[in-house]
Amino acid sequence: MSAVQVLNIKPEAGYCQKEVLRYAGCKDAEGELCSLIKDCYRELEGKLTYRLCYRKLELKIRDGVCDFGLFEVRSQNLAKALEGCESAIIFAATLGVDTDRLIAKYNCISPAKALIMQALGAERVEALCDCFCQKIAEEQGTKPRFSPGYGDLPLEVQRDVFAVLECEKHIGLTLNDSLLMSPSKSVTAFVGIY
Amino acid sequence: MTILEHLNGDKLYLDGGMGTLLQAQGLKSGEHPELWNISRPDVIREIHKAYYDAGSNVVCTNTFGANLLKFSEEKLYEIIAAAVENASAARTASTAPQDKFIALDIGPTGKLLKPLGDLDFEDAVKVFAKTVQIGASLGVDLIIIETMNDCYETKAALLAAKENSRLPVIVSNAYGENGCLMTGASPAAMVAMLEGMGADALGANCSLGPAQLTGVAEELLTAASVPVLLKPNAGLPKEVDGKTVFDVSPDEFAECLAGLMEKGLRIAGGCCGTTPEYIKALCTRTADITPPPAVKKEFTVVSSYTHEVVFGDKPLLIGERINPTGKKRFKQALKEKDMDYILSEGITQQEKGVHILDVNVGLPEIDEKEMLCAAVCELQAVTDLPLQIDSADPVAMESALRRYNGKAMINSVNGKAESMAAVFPLVKKYGGVVTALTLDEDGIPSTAEGRFEIAKRILHTAAEYGIDKKDIVFDTLAMTVSADNKAATVTLGALKRIREELGCHTVLGVSNVSFGLPNRDAVNSVFFTLAMENGLSAAIMNPYSADMQKAYYCFNALKGMDENCGAYIEAAESFATAVTAATAPKTEAVYASDLQRAVIKGLKDKAAELTKALLETTAPLDIVNGEIIPALNTVGEGFEKKTVYLPQLLMSAEAAKAAFEVIKGVMAGGEKATKGVFIIATVRGDIHDIGKNIVKLLLENYGFDVVDMGKDVPPEAIAEKAVELNAPIVGLSALMTTTVPAMEETVALLKVKAPLCKTIVGGAVLTKEYANKIGADKYAKDAMEAVRFAEELLKA
Repeated sequence: MSAVQVLNIKPEAGYCQKEVLRYAGCKDAEGELCSLIKDCYRELEGKLTYRLCYRKLELKIRDGVCDFGLFEVRSQNLAKALEGCESAIIFAATLGVDTDRLIAKYNCISPAKALIMQALGAERVEALCDCFCQKIAEEQGTKPRFSPGYGDLPLEVQRDVFAVLECEKHIGLTLNDSLLMSPSKSVTAFVGIY
Repeated sequence: MTILEHLNGDKLYLDGGMGTLLQAQGLKSGEHPELWNISRPDVIREIHKAYYDAGSNVVCTNTFGANLLKFSEEKLYEIIAAAVENASAARTASTAPQDKFIALDIGPTGKLLKPLGDLDFEDAVKVFAKTVQIGASLGVDLIIIETMNDCYETKAALLAAKENSRLPVIVSNAYGENGCLMTGASPAAMVAMLEGMGADALGANCSLGPAQLTGVAEELLTAASVPVLLKPNAGLPKEVDGKTVFDVSPDEFAECLAGLMEKGLRIAGGCCGTTPEYIKALCTRTADITPPPAVKKEFTVVSSYTHEVVFGDKPLLIGERINPTGKKRFKQALKEKDMDYILSEGITQQEKGVHILDVNVGLPEIDEKEMLCAAVCELQAVTDLPLQIDSADPVAMESALRRYNGKAMINSVNGKAESMAAVFPLVKKYGGVVTALTLDEDGIPSTAEGRFEIAKRILHTAAEYGIDKKDIVFDTLAMTVSADNKAATVTLGALKRIREELGCHTVLGVSNVSFGLPNRDAVNSVFFTLAMENGLSAAIMNPYSADMQKAYYCFNALKGMDENCGAYIEAAESFATAVTAATAPKTEAVYASDLQRAVIKGLKDKAAELTKALLETTAPLDIVNGEIIPALNTVGEGFEKKTVYLPQLLMSAEAAKAAFEVIKGVMAGGEKATKGVFIIATVRGDIHDIGKNIVKLLLENYGFDVVDMGKDVPPEAIAEKAVELNAPIVGLSALMTTTVPAMEETVALLKVKAPLCKTIVGGAVLTKEYANKIGADKYAKDAMEAVRFAEELLKA
C-alpha cells in the first residue's frame, strides 16, 4: 500500500473533433457547428485546471470480490477487468470548477453552446485519463481502466474511492449525496497492474 | 497577555501537523482521527504537550473533521469534549514558559456548496454552528478555521463562528500552486471578504511548502489590515521505500518563515509533515525578530468568489440593466420569474466590460426578499463579477447579503436616522461597501454644501457602528437638468468636495440627469465625462450605450490611465456603427425568406435584426406564424429524419428565441398567444439541467407558456405548482439512475394531487418501459418528441 500521489499532468492541448461530436450526439459537422466548437474551446481552454491524484493498492481477487486491503468490492465485471493483477491503481481526475461555471453560464444563455461545452468537457477529461494511463503503462503492464457505474460496479463504490484518495483535499473533487461528483467533469477509475 | 493582545501586538506561534503524526502511530487510512481523542487520549495529549514544549502559544484541538456531517450530535459532543480535555491536560502538563492557548480547530466539510455541489449554504452554516457551540461551551480561547479551499464554505464557517460565540476567530485558507483557492478566489479577494466579516486574523495553510506559499503570504500582507498567519506543509510529500517523507528540513522551514516575519508575518506554525522539531526550530530562529506592525490598509474594495475590485483613480463601471424601472420587458420577466432573462442581462453586461453588476428586482407585486436572494445566488452561478445589491427593503437586503459569496456593494443607505439604523448593522455583520446617498429627513439639499454636510454626518454615524470610511462611497445624486438648470453643477460640486476634502470614493447613477430630454445618451455621456473629471470613482450606467462607452474609454486614454491607448483601440472597434441589412447576401433559393434562412442556419443576431426590420411592415403574430414557426418546423422535421443533429437544432432554436425576444419587446404587457401552461423540472437529487433546458427552449419556441422550476426540485413543490396553475402538463427530467425513484415519487404524487395533469418524462437513463412502469403518461426520447406529445395532449 502506498500514499496518495498528486500528479501534475496535462493532455495535449486542443481536442479531438470526432470525439466531441460523438459526445454532442452528432455524426458530422458542417461550417457553423465547427466554428461553434472552435469558439467554445477557445473560451474553455484557459479555464481548464487539470488535476489528478492516484494511489496504488495491493489486490486479491476471489469469487468476484476484489480486496484492495482498505476496502472490498463485489463486482464480477471489475473482477474480470482486474483479472490476473496483484495490484491496481485507483485514480481520480478532474477539470476543476471553472468548466462547470462555463456550462452553467451557457445553460442560461445558449443551450447549443452548453451542449458543446459539455461535450468538450467530456472529451477533455477522458483525454486527461488517457494521458495518465499511457504514462503508467510505460512503466508496467496495465489493463484498460474501469469506472464505478460501468456494468455491475455500483456507484456506491465512489464512497470508498473518495475515502481512500481523499479527493476533496488533494484535487478539490467532492462527492454529492446522490453519488454524483462535483465538479462534474471528473472521472474515477481502477486500472489493473500486472 | 490575552490572545487578542498577542494577535495584535506580538508574534503568535501555532502548533504543527497532527494527522501525519497520528499515521505514524498507527492511524489507518479512512479512520477518523477525531475518534482518537476518546480511544487514544494518551497519544493526543503527548503530541499537544510536545508542541507546547517546543514553544507553541496555540495548540489546535484534534477536531479538524468534527462536524455533524460525519458524527451524530451526541458523538460530536463527546469528541469535542475529549479533544478540549486533551489539550487542556497537555497545557497543564507542559512547563514551557510562554503563554499557552487552546484553539477549537475547524476544517472543511469535504462537500462543495451549491451551486457547484449539493450542500446548501445555510445547511453548511448549521453544521459549523454546532461545532462552534460545543467548543465555545467548553471554554476554548479562540477558534481557528483552517484548510478551507472554497470561499463560500469559508464564509459559512466564519458566519457560524461569529453568530455562535464571541471568541476571536482566525481564518486560514488552502491556496494552490496558482496562488488561488481551488474554487478560484485570490488572496486579496479573501482578505476583502474576511476582514469585512470581522475575522481577527487571516492567512494560509497546508497544500504547499513555505517557499511555494511565500507569494501568497506576501499578497496577504499587502492587502490585509489584520495580522497574517502562515502554516505551510514541510514541503511536498515524497515516497521513499514505501514511506511518505516531506522534503523541507526544520531549519529550512524556519529560515523561510523568518524571512516572512521580517516582512510582517505575525502568526506562524506548521501543517502536514511538520513536527514539534519544526516548531522548535521556528521559535529558536525567529526569537529575536519583531515583525513590523500590521498597517491598516485604506483600499475601498469589493469582491466576488474569484477576484477583488478596488476603487481607485480609474473609474469603475457598474451595470444598471438589472433593474425593472422603466423597462416593460424586465417587469414582465420578474412577474413570470423568468430568471434566464435576468441572468442573460448579467452576462451580456459583463461582455460589455462592466466591473460590477447592480441587482435591483424590486417590484410591488412580487416577493422581493425571495426574488433578490434567488437572483443574487443564480447570478453568482453564471458570472464572477462582484454584485451591488440594490434594495430599499432591509429584510430583502439582509437575506441577499447573507447568501452573497464575497464582499458585496450595498445600495444604499442615506442620511436618515432610520436608514442608517437599518443598514449599518448589516454592513458591520456581513461586510460590504455601502453606497450612501446625500439626502436626509429634509430631502435632497439644493446646494453642494448641504449634500457635503450630510456626507460628513453619515461618516460620523458609520464610525459609531465600527464601519470604516473606506467602506462608504457617496452618491451625490444626479438630478434632472431639464427641471433645474443648476442640477448638474450642484451634484458635481458636492462630488468634488467629498472626493477631495473627505477623501472618500464616489458613485453616481448618471442616467437620471437627462430625464425628459431628447437624445438622452448624448447628455448622459457628457455628464459622465464631467463627473469623472470631478472625481467620480464609479458610475452606475448603461453599458449598451455606445456614447457612454466612448466617454469612458476616451477619458481613460486622455487622462493617462490607458497604456498605449490599448483599451481604447480595442473598444473602438465596437464603436463603428452596425452594418445594415443592405449588405446581406441574396436569399438562397431553398429558403422561403431571409428570416427563415437565419433561423434554419442558427444565426442569432441576424434573426433578431431581420425581425426588427420586418416588424415595421408586418404584424408580430404574422411573423411568428408565417416565418418563425415554418422555419422551426423545417429544422424539427430534419431532426426527426436525422439529417439535422441536436446542436444544429439548438442553434436554430436560439435564433428563433432571439427573434421571439424582439417580438416580445413590442408585445410585452399585451395579449399573449399561448398554447397552454407546461411545468418543467429536474427531479429531486438531480442537478443536471441541460436536457431540461433544451426541452424548455423548444417548447417556448412552439408557443407554450413554460414554467421552469429548475433542478433538484422536491415532488411536493412540483405537485403544489401543478395544482396552483391548474397545469395540464408537467415534464420531468432525470439523468441519474439514483434519481429516477424521485421521478417515480413525483409522478405518483401528481396522480393524487392533480389527477387531470399529464406527465411527460425523459432523461438519459429512462426507457419507454420504465416510464410505463412508474406510471408516466408519456416518454419522450428527445426534445422534439416532447413538443409533439405536448401539442397532441393539449389538442385532446
